[in-house]
Amino acid sequence: MRLSKKVRDGMSSLLKIIDLHVSVEDKPILHGVSLEIRQGEIHALMGPNGSGKSTLAYTLVGHPKYEITSGSIEVDGTPLNELDPCERARKGLFLAFQYPVTIPGVKVSDFLRHAVTNVRNPERKDGESLMPMREFRKELKQKMEELGMDTEFARRYLNEGFSGGEKKRMEILQLAMLQPKFAILDETDSGLDSDAVRVVSEGVRKLSGPQMGVLIITHHERLLEYNVPQFTHVMLAGKIVETGDAALAHELHNHGYAQIRERHPVEAAEEQSRQNRPETVGVATAVAK
Amino acid sequence: MSTEAPATPEIGVGDYQYGFHYGTEDYVFRGRKGIDRDIVKQISQIKKEPKWMLDFRLEALDIFFQKPMPKWGGALSELDFQDIFYYVRASDKQETSWESLPDDIRKTYDRLGIPEAEKKYLAGVKAQYESEVVYGSLQEDLANKGVIFTDTDSALREHPELFREYFGTVIPSADNKFAALNSAVWSGGSFIYVPKGVQIEFPLQAYFRINSENMGQFERTLIIVDEGASIHYVEGCTAPTYSSESLHSAVVEIIVKRNARCRYTTIQNWSNNVYNLVTKRAMAYGDSLMEWVDGNLGSKLTMKYPAIYLMEPGARGETLSIAFANHGQHQDAGAKMVHCAPHTSSRIISKSISKGGGRASYRGLVKVENNAHHCKSNVVCDALILDSASRSDTYPYIEVDQDNVAIEHEASVSKIAEEQLLYLMSRGMTETEASAMIVTGFIEPLVKELPMEYAVEMNRLIELQMEGSVG
Repeated sequence: MRLSKKVRDGMSSLLKIIDLHVSVEDKPILHGVSLEIRQGEIHALMGPNGSGKSTLAYTLVGHPKYEITSGSIEVDGTPLNELDPCERARKGLFLAFQYPVTIPGVKVSDFLRHAVTNVRNPERKDGESLMPMREFRKELKQKMEELGMDTEFARRYLNEGFSGGEKKRMEILQLAMLQPKFAILDETDSGLDSDAVRVVSEGVRKLSGPQMGVLIITHHERLLEYNVPQFTHVMLAGKIVETGDAALAHELHNHGYAQIRERHPVEAAEEQSRQNRPETVGVATAVAK
Repeated sequence: MSTEAPATPEIGVGDYQYGFHYGTEDYVFRGRKGIDRDIVKQISQIKKEPKWMLDFRLEALDIFFQKPMPKWGGALSELDFQDIFYYVRASDKQETSWESLPDDIRKTYDRLGIPEAEKKYLAGVKAQYESEVVYGSLQEDLANKGVIFTDTDSALREHPELFREYFGTVIPSADNKFAALNSAVWSGGSFIYVPKGVQIEFPLQAYFRINSENMGQFERTLIIVDEGASIHYVEGCTAPTYSSESLHSAVVEIIVKRNARCRYTTIQNWSNNVYNLVTKRAMAYGDSLMEWVDGNLGSKLTMKYPAIYLMEPGARGETLSIAFANHGQHQDAGAKMVHCAPHTSSRIISKSISKGGGRASYRGLVKVENNAHHCKSNVVCDALILDSASRSDTYPYIEVDQDNVAIEHEASVSKIAEEQLLYLMSRGMTETEASAMIVTGFIEPLVKELPMEYAVEMNRLIELQMEGSVG
């Protein structure tokens, strides 16, 4: 045991997604996704709306609504399927949410101090002491300055009254503080003006490096200009249908998904039939209210 | 009196530095359970009270016997009035042994980092907590300004005219059954008079000036804030207060005169065998401000609705209340605002949390008399229910005899959103820690109004409650 851990420590970590099938409220969304991400690599995940990109992101982080019906997620051979989101975070997984939620009354600094303490001490039990305040403050201040953030943010309530850009920057600040082994960025560049996209893109570039594997889910090119992917994956109807390099991302950006659909008629037909189905459960509930 | 307490008690969560202690006279009294005219006469005799007070007590006793038990609120049927001590002399107080304390209470003290001497006081192991630390200079400073800050029994002896002018004027004995009971058997409590124009800068705390009677079962508090004066008074404590007696029924009367301000902060954390039935009321005169900040964490059943009567134009009233009802608890709390004059305004903010089968109810009244035009009132009550076994109710009463008023009422009931839990857990927090953080955030608007050391303890206590290791 001790020896094998040593051997592993010498190598870069590996996040392995093996033939993953996922359902939401009994509705199958992912139909066998396989993907390997090493620490230090940048992967782009692209695909039309509804192809399953966010589902993959939520499944990786352990959202209880996303049920793995078969297949598995592993970090360095340890399966994560049965772990809750907290345990996954402590194993080095991080998701920058597309829609970060508001937690009223909880100060950014309090939240981050808990988060940092837990992620850095995976064995920590509730109630055990937190990272020393002075040390934490110093680090937080430094990271905020590096990201060009006003330190006033630390005193605000988490995402309460934040603009879209501020929320996304807050996700990047968390990424900076938590330094995960694997970061999934779910449309971190969407809904932002070009200045904000630049700030976020530069932030990710500064933070990524040999210690971080990054999966970038995006529709836009800017984030990928700053963070050139070694691999680009294209998703259609719950499957990865093509994998290429940065050029593929560029092509999709310029030409859209028409050619992809032509090359993959089966998945394109499945995509079509999904769109013709009655509205999703989530929307139906909203209407009923 | 022993002087074991260190000169500066080391308290993990900040300093309760404004401590007072008053000597208790040594009475000869043999306590017994039950209530009747003899007990009431004895209490009055022991205290060497004037005849008017004895008459007041006896009249209240008659009212107590006549009034039926309230049929609303919580379940009171198990409360046996004849199985209670109504007056216990300090030196006769049953001292609980440390070992006999419930485990959860001992654990909580340890987790809160409460020092040994203080723990024993809170636990009822020691009848008195000696704390004469800054007694000298502070008391002198207040006295120089003409402030009277003493226990209510002493006030009756030492300031008879002032006392009689105000005592029982805000809450008459006939107000309700428990106010009548308190009026018959009251003992201890605080008496404060702040003279015209005197501003007391620091919060006055009852906590560690408590002598044995102060936090008794039937304390009676009377605060008079004269014109243009201001005070913030803090009573109670966040740490669990163990009582072997099952009934706590206090009366708090406050008079806030023109241009004066008064804030009264209470944190109640009685052990889970206690019925906590308290009547609190303030009269606010022209352009004054009265604020109740009320936190209810403990007890078996709490029924408490701090009231403010807005008597003259420009008077403002505000009540902030938090209730946390855990397993076996019913917190029936709220507020009352009575607009008796035009151009008065009131605000009620109530936050409740129920967990583990606990029940939290908001019960509130906003009343506008018919001459009280141009009044404003705003009521916000938010309830958070943590599991399906728990319960939350809202009983908002609004009585308006006047058209020209602005009254708003908002209520929300929520559960912890799955998305919020996911978000925090995905940052390495356990489900318990994440829930505690959401709850702490929920009550933050209120907690930030508390003095620092109370706020810190309050948050710590919420974390413990969420772990399920308490109560």
